[in-house]
Amino acid sequence: MSSTTAAHHDEHHDHPTGIMRWLTTTNHKDIGTMYLTFSLIMFLVGGAMILAVRAELFQPGLQLMKPEFYNQLIGVHALVMIFAALMPAATGFANWMLPLQIGAPDMALPRLNNWGFWLLPPAAILLTLPFTLALFGIGDGAIATGWTFYAPLSIQGGMGVDFAIFSVHLLGVSSVLGSINVIVTILNMRAPGMTLMKMPMFAWAWLVTAFLLIATIPVLAGAVTMLLTDRHFGTHFFDAAGGGDPILFQHLFWFFGHPEVYIVLLPIWGFMPQILQTFSRKPMYGYKAQVISLWAIGALALVVWAHHFFTVGMPVPALLYFMYSTMAISLPLAVLFFCWIATIWKGSLSFETPMLFATGWIVLFGIGGLTGLVLADVAADAQYHHSYFVVAHFHYTLFAGGMMGVMSGVYYWLPKMTGHMFNERLGKLHFWLTAISFNLTFIPQFFLGLAGMPRRIPDYALQFAEFNAISTVAAFVLGLSQLIFVYNIVSCARGGKKATDRVWEGAEGLEWTLPSPPPYHSFTEQPTVK
Amino acid sequence: MNSNEKRQQDNKKLGFKLLWIVGAALLFGFALVPLYNVLCTVTGLNGKTNVIADVTSNKVDETRWVTVEFTSSVMPGLGWNFYPEQPSIKVHPGQIETVNFVAKNNTNETVAGQAVPSVSPGLASPHFKKIECFCFKRQELKAGETKLMPLRFYVSTDLPKDVKAVTLSYAFYNAVKPAN
Repeated sequence: MSSTTAAHHDEHHDHPTGIMRWLTTTNHKDIGTMYLTFSLIMFLVGGAMILAVRAELFQPGLQLMKPEFYNQLIGVHALVMIFAALMPAATGFANWMLPLQIGAPDMALPRLNNWGFWLLPPAAILLTLPFTLALFGIGDGAIATGWTFYAPLSIQGGMGVDFAIFSVHLLGVSSVLGSINVIVTILNMRAPGMTLMKMPMFAWAWLVTAFLLIATIPVLAGAVTMLLTDRHFGTHFFDAAGGGDPILFQHLFWFFGHPEVYIVLLPIWGFMPQILQTFSRKPMYGYKAQVISLWAIGALALVVWAHHFFTVGMPVPALLYFMYSTMAISLPLAVLFFCWIATIWKGSLSFETPMLFATGWIVLFGIGGLTGLVLADVAADAQYHHSYFVVAHFHYTLFAGGMMGVMSGVYYWLPKMTGHMFNERLGKLHFWLTAISFNLTFIPQFFLGLAGMPRRIPDYALQFAEFNAISTVAAFVLGLSQLIFVYNIVSCARGGKKATDRVWEGAEGLEWTLPSPPPYHSFTEQPTVK
Repeated sequence: MNSNEKRQQDNKKLGFKLLWIVGAALLFGFALVPLYNVLCTVTGLNGKTNVIADVTSNKVDETRWVTVEFTSSVMPGLGWNFYPEQPSIKVHPGQIETVNFVAKNNTNETVAGQAVPSVSPGLASPHFKKIECFCFKRQELKAGETKLMPLRFYVSTDLPKDVKAVTLSYAFYNAVKPAN
């Protein structure tokens, strides 16, 4: 019996084994691993959904599925990718790396941390369960409104909408808990001597992210709660017949939805300069400028939301305000791009897999940013709104800028986490297949959008057939090449060449002073930073 | 271990402080509902003009003609016909006019509906004044009943000069939530 009491004592190395270890763990490395694993699984789930969609779009006409099911797939794909793949990946990195980077023994609020993770699997189940229920004739499937829940469509929708609302509640609570934990960890747990302006960029970026999350997620929670009461309790927040206003929902949703874009991307802007400096073997360029830019973007993100629905019929002064403020974001973002490029400028570059992803990421994310500037223009947006141009644009930001950034981080830290080197050849193959097939998938969608093909339709006019066929074939290559990624991660976790403590020749930072893999409890004696 | 315990205390304290921000953000989300309506009414954005106008000063600007167009739609869930008697009318700004809309209940039961108006272009909506309108309250029609619904309005003289035509659109909704 003495061993069970000792398990509560964090100084000792023994902890429950098997499933109980993972259910009860409060260790930041365990929780980080669970977040990243969950993210990878949901990435594959969301990917499979969209491959079904692409298969339907391979040819004009309806071949594989009913339009209702198609609508469910695109909406759940987006919710899964954003809330269950990208965000948990960023939180996973925060759990694994923040304490190591700032020299803390663990996250500040370990129990909260455990709860934050274990809310995610139920949320994912709630979101996808209606698909399964529909197979047994219960209900009419998952939410079919797209990920934006727009009223009044979402008021009329089936019970899939209710499942999605509760899922969003859970996901929101999980993110808020995770954010509080990150803020407290960064503000209270830094090693002696590590002033704020000596923090790694990843910590800065996550600090901005966490504040954005706790300021905006509750607004989304409020909005979907109003939706729920509109659906079941006779309120009329968004119901015009009762004096409500459907446009109000769009304001509430995008007040959260636009910062969400930065919530997903900021953590990546944090660790990316660290990867770039490692493989350039020279210090990061413009540390202070980057910190200021991150905060500027965080602040601007809160006041530009209405550019997501320029075409809704806003008065001209509002259009102008939202256009100029949106375009203003490109200034701090351009500063960041400049700093990233200046960091690798004239460095001694070497292109291991993380660096391949990082440099590819700069280029592709740049395209995503520039096409966003086109959409920010009110006059141009009137044409591009709700077309495939928008789809291509946000996949350049969220797949290239988001997922490929995460992949870069995974390859960068995987040897540190597992203690083994991954297969470099497979990693490079994964990069080239991903980069090429990604572009082949989405460049045609830019053209489709310019030619006038609308989003969210299961069938389309004949003149769009060729580009859609190319896009579908490339999407399948893109999807299948992620299996290389999975294989590489799994085989790296199970064995391989021992990784050194530093792993990469030019790596700087506290996490590289620990052994690979780091011991279960690290920095019980905090290091001093000079 | 004393410093460790103190740090745990500090962490908890800061954690609870941050919860206040979360609570404030949640309240802010709900506060946005009235704020949004206030903003729309004050600025006349979004075509929200469902208020009774006063008729104290009605000098008529006979040098100008403005076309007022009427459109109507019946939303799903309301088994009515609903249309204006005339598609449009030419008025001088300041001149009070009455037009009729026709509503017919095609169902076998008494149904209450609520009309929701919208004026475009949005900039013209504060200048479109309704004196009497069926949209101010719920309208009830018995089974098979047909009713003329009058609208008395004028376009105010300070309507921007470049606005030559104003469209008033009505959407009629079922005022009772259908039982699922």
